Amino acid sequence: MNYSDSGNFINRELSWMEFNSRVLAEARDKSIPLFERLKFLSITSSNLDEFVMIRVASLNDMVNAGYNKKDIAGLTTKQQLELISKKEHEFVNLQYSTLNRSLIPLLEKNNLIFVKSYEDLDEKQNEFVDQYFMNEIYPVLTPMAVDSSRPFPLIRNKTLNLASLMRKKNGDKELEFATVQVPSVLPRIVEIPSSEKNKRMVILLEEIIEKNIQKLYLNYHVIATHPYRIMRNADFEIDEEEVADLLQEIQRQIKKRQWGEAIKLEVQDDMDKRLIKILKKNLNIADDDIYYINGPLDLTFLMKVYGLDGFDHLKHPKYTPQQLPELMDDADIFERIREHDILLHHPFDSFEHVVDFVRQAAKDDKVLAIKQTLYRVSGNSPIIASLAEAAERGKQVTVLVELKARFDEENNIIWAKKLEKAGCHVIYGLMGLKTHCKITLVVRREEDGIRRYVHLGTGNYNDSTAKLYTDLGLLTCANQIGEDATAVFNMISGYSEPIRWNKLALAPLWLRGRFMRLIDREIQNAKDGSQAHIMAKMNSLCDKEIIEKLYEASCAGVKIELIVRGICCLKPGIKGLSENITVRSIVGNFLEHARIFYFENGGNWEVYMASADWMPRNLDKRVEIMFPVEDEELKKKVLHVLEIQLADNEKAHIMQPDGSYEKIDRRGRKEVINAQEIFCEEAIRRNSEISKGRKTRTFTPRMGKE
Amino acid sequence: MSVTTFAAISIGSYELEMKVFEISPKTGIREIDRISHVIELGRDTYNKDKISFEMVDKLCSILYDFSYIMKGYKVKAYRACATSAIREAVNSKNVLDRVKVRTGLDIELLSNSEQRFISYKAFSMQDEIIEQAMNECTLLADIGSGSAQITLFNNGKLITTQNIRLGVLRVRELLARLAQNADKYRCILEEYIDNDLETFTKIFLEGYKVTNIVGTGENLSYIKLAGEDKKYVTKKEFASIYDQIIGKSEDEIAQQLDIPQTHASLVTPGLMLFARLFAFTDAKRLWMPDVKLGDGLAVDYAQKNRLIKLKHNFNDDILSATRQIAERYQCNVPHTKFVEKAALGIFDAMKKLHGLGERERLILQLAAIMHDSGKFVSLMYPSEAGYDIIMASEIIGISHEERETVAKIIKYNTRDFDYRQMNLTQSKLTAMLRLANALDRSHKQKMNDIKISLDGDELVIATSTYEDITLEYGLFKEKTELFEEIYGVRPVLRQRKGTR
Repeated sequence: MNYSDSGNFINRELSWMEFNSRVLAEARDKSIPLFERLKFLSITSSNLDEFVMIRVASLNDMVNAGYNKKDIAGLTTKQQLELISKKEHEFVNLQYSTLNRSLIPLLEKNNLIFVKSYEDLDEKQNEFVDQYFMNEIYPVLTPMAVDSSRPFPLIRNKTLNLASLMRKKNGDKELEFATVQVPSVLPRIVEIPSSEKNKRMVILLEEIIEKNIQKLYLNYHVIATHPYRIMRNADFEIDEEEVADLLQEIQRQIKKRQWGEAIKLEVQDDMDKRLIKILKKNLNIADDDIYYINGPLDLTFLMKVYGLDGFDHLKHPKYTPQQLPELMDDADIFERIREHDILLHHPFDSFEHVVDFVRQAAKDDKVLAIKQTLYRVSGNSPIIASLAEAAERGKQVTVLVELKARFDEENNIIWAKKLEKAGCHVIYGLMGLKTHCKITLVVRREEDGIRRYVHLGTGNYNDSTAKLYTDLGLLTCANQIGEDATAVFNMISGYSEPIRWNKLALAPLWLRGRFMRLIDREIQNAKDGSQAHIMAKMNSLCDKEIIEKLYEASCAGVKIELIVRGICCLKPGIKGLSENITVRSIVGNFLEHARIFYFENGGNWEVYMASADWMPRNLDKRVEIMFPVEDEELKKKVLHVLEIQLADNEKAHIMQPDGSYEKIDRRGRKEVINAQEIFCEEAIRRNSEISKGRKTRTFTPRMGKE
Repeated sequence: MSVTTFAAISIGSYELEMKVFEISPKTGIREIDRISHVIELGRDTYNKDKISFEMVDKLCSILYDFSYIMKGYKVKAYRACATSAIREAVNSKNVLDRVKVRTGLDIELLSNSEQRFISYKAFSMQDEIIEQAMNECTLLADIGSGSAQITLFNNGKLITTQNIRLGVLRVRELLARLAQNADKYRCILEEYIDNDLETFTKIFLEGYKVTNIVGTGENLSYIKLAGEDKKYVTKKEFASIYDQIIGKSEDEIAQQLDIPQTHASLVTPGLMLFARLFAFTDAKRLWMPDVKLGDGLAVDYAQKNRLIKLKHNFNDDILSATRQIAERYQCNVPHTKFVEKAALGIFDAMKKLHGLGERERLILQLAAIMHDSGKFVSLMYPSEAGYDIIMASEIIGISHEERETVAKIIKYNTRDFDYRQMNLTQSKLTAMLRLANALDRSHKQKMNDIKISLDGDELVIATSTYEDITLEYGLFKEKTELFEEIYGVRPVLRQRKGTR
């Protein structure tokens, strides 16, 4: 059996587009509250933007560089670009038909009216928007005209702009071009006085500017004005060997990102042909890369609509992450960890505990050192504040800030500098590798000697995204993991690898081999006639070596259940290749982000969690950590997470052998299983049972000293 | 807090390593951190005889980091030791001075015998091996980068220890140039090793049937090919490991063993060395404890500060090894035994006056054991010959300075004393040995029952022997002049026949 045949794989870009289609399917799902559907539509739009800026851009680069190698599915770069372009056009059409045919009419039914054009405004509203224009918008506009002395301006990546065609008032017949950026500092939607009772009305910012465009070009007659938006190649490669100061180089490259080659132009479908021609010429863009759109450009503004007050009945009730019973009431987190390992399942369990772990460590006199890796941090992160405080208190704080975390580079540079100022030892990532693992080590000197407390996670130390992403984390003070954690930080500080690892498996050196051995063990067990079963949950699966190994395992009779949220290049359920493999994707209210790996091991089952997906970049180009869960109780909890997700019949999409996805047909079955909702309910039920058993809570006033 | 944090830094030929330990009477010695950095100091030393300033620069910046980490752990004490790479460099003093200025760290240069003894101390904590192997006939091979130390134990006793210039890094550097291909490399390597090992086995292993080899030192990563967590491999298992690795390129070895390439290049010389040891002996098993110099420094520190109790008496090993050397030079055993006993008796009686410690007592004892060795070479000039013998012998467990003290004491035991050649301790010890030696001038051990005690300004040596001690009496005055000069105490010999 030749597993490596290109026919056995799905192209990763097309598979990614399938994923975005699943998100769009949520926006089209009538059973979902209206405002949630807006949110999903907005997400598809920002997803697509990023995909174009990075993936399409890098494919373009490959074409330009004459790179001809075929991908995993046997497609050349050109073929991929053609297929993507076709799919992308279809996708965009579907996005806008969803918006125009379903969502906007439904919004109107629910008393929120989208005023499509400024021409539809009544007198009172006209007055309001004109005033709004003069007071708020006009001062921040920078119109730019193009003529022989002024060249075509640089249009910034991802910004929304208004192009105008105009003629000089003094009678010159020649048409001239001007452009103005719709300011990103102002809200994209503007609520205007309603003309109908009990209804609310909004209009888009660009409409208000368009209405008043003449005020920008006083010496001209404006003939036509239309919005447009471009995408640029935002992927940059840094030759680290050549760069003396990575920090400076990245700062320079971020600026350059605004000016990468234009690879996509979005215009409204009624745009003046003459304007399109000018844009096309000056931006040097191909016909295929122009998207004619029936509706407002850049749907990410729908997130702002989602944020409007007063529509709570059209949203999911907001879930409040629950505290863990053992960590409630200002518990000494170190004492609790000493009692037993603690498993955190975010966002069902509060991420606040992790923040608190670092906060308590910073304040604790017994703590000697804190070491942490940071990949993406939230704005105003409490973790950064705690780390800085710890350093100021004289503790040794080592922080690895990954400067190369895409789109967070700028952010991370700011934090890195702040931490350095506070006296932390900051490492700016590793040469040639991204540090993607999420690990925190607290070294504490206790009565009986040094004890190490470790947090290991599948998600970033970001308190904002931790409310939206499902992730798992482990708090432990097991000595063997403590030793390994110390070794991890020694390694990323530039010292030699340890003689042996007790529990952790690290990429890029050991993790791939470890996975292969774990799968091999199942294969051997299957061949020996014992039970063999793999369950794995991750974000993406596109590593060829691992997929081939999984095919081999399937053929040997290993049962393989995969939960892959995004890209999946494996084809499941093909006779003689992957008939024992199933793949499902869960797209729900929270973004599925955890990585869990289960191996049956002949009945003596093992569970691991990791920061890595089964992708070449995770296994070969990044520092990643996989760690075992060994406490029997916690193992069962993790298994429960897998089992519920595998039983999900509402948010799960089942991957078909051809790479498409289908939702589960529930007809004939009564029970609805929605994994994320079940986890929410379980967390709430757990805590309500606890508070029932407790005395009523009262405030304890603090008395002055007697 | 009853837990002491101690840091041990070892500066080896290709690796800088710091280990941080916690030591407490309750839990013993626990390693809590190990930080290592590959830096091939030995390459400079073995090729160019000195360490380049770029290398010193690198050394300093790593050591500076180490001191930062030490502060992080709030260590109570540290010991930083350098071995052959710096020791053998002609600019060693300057290197240490620059390290001191830039990092504030005091680096101690260990002599080979000190270094080996410290490693040996670490090894002696491995209860399992001590119990299972050391009571048979065992070779302890401590493979370093610059040289290998081979020590023979029989029934738990240290018989002999020899340093052979077969360190893995040295061998690699030396032979890499000669070998054109892997096959040839293997032949040259084997020839090179056999040359040294043959001499060693002929002289030192005759009459012993070695059943175990214990390998310590670096680069034993291949042991895991026999299975994880194995304490030893059998001769057969070793042969299979050997076949799996030998002849492979550094790349392949690195991949196979999952180790960095710099380490991989040192695997073949080490593996070959053990293969040859198997070939030259009847050993059945090879033990491979994970022991490094740093571990020994911790044991040494813990022992000196009475933080832990050791089952093993290391002084016995030093004495036993020294007795073996004395035997080789056919020292007169009954005489030596008498002098040893008398010297220690004098030392103990004089405790208040000489102010010396346990360590000096041991030195005196070693000198007493060896004092007669020069006669093996020359009856005319035994003192010079004795001095030379000591200086050329490797006495495990003592430093080079201590060895020189032993040698000088022996030299001036019989020769005219020369104050200018001696430091205070040396002259004090010489005076005591001279006195002890005078008590058995006839080499007949007439006064086996002596009692020594301090009485005012007299050191009374009482005996109840019936034998004629005229000779001893006669020469007593002459031999004890120095003692009187140094201590202001007059030794008096009293014979009360049959008082007991």
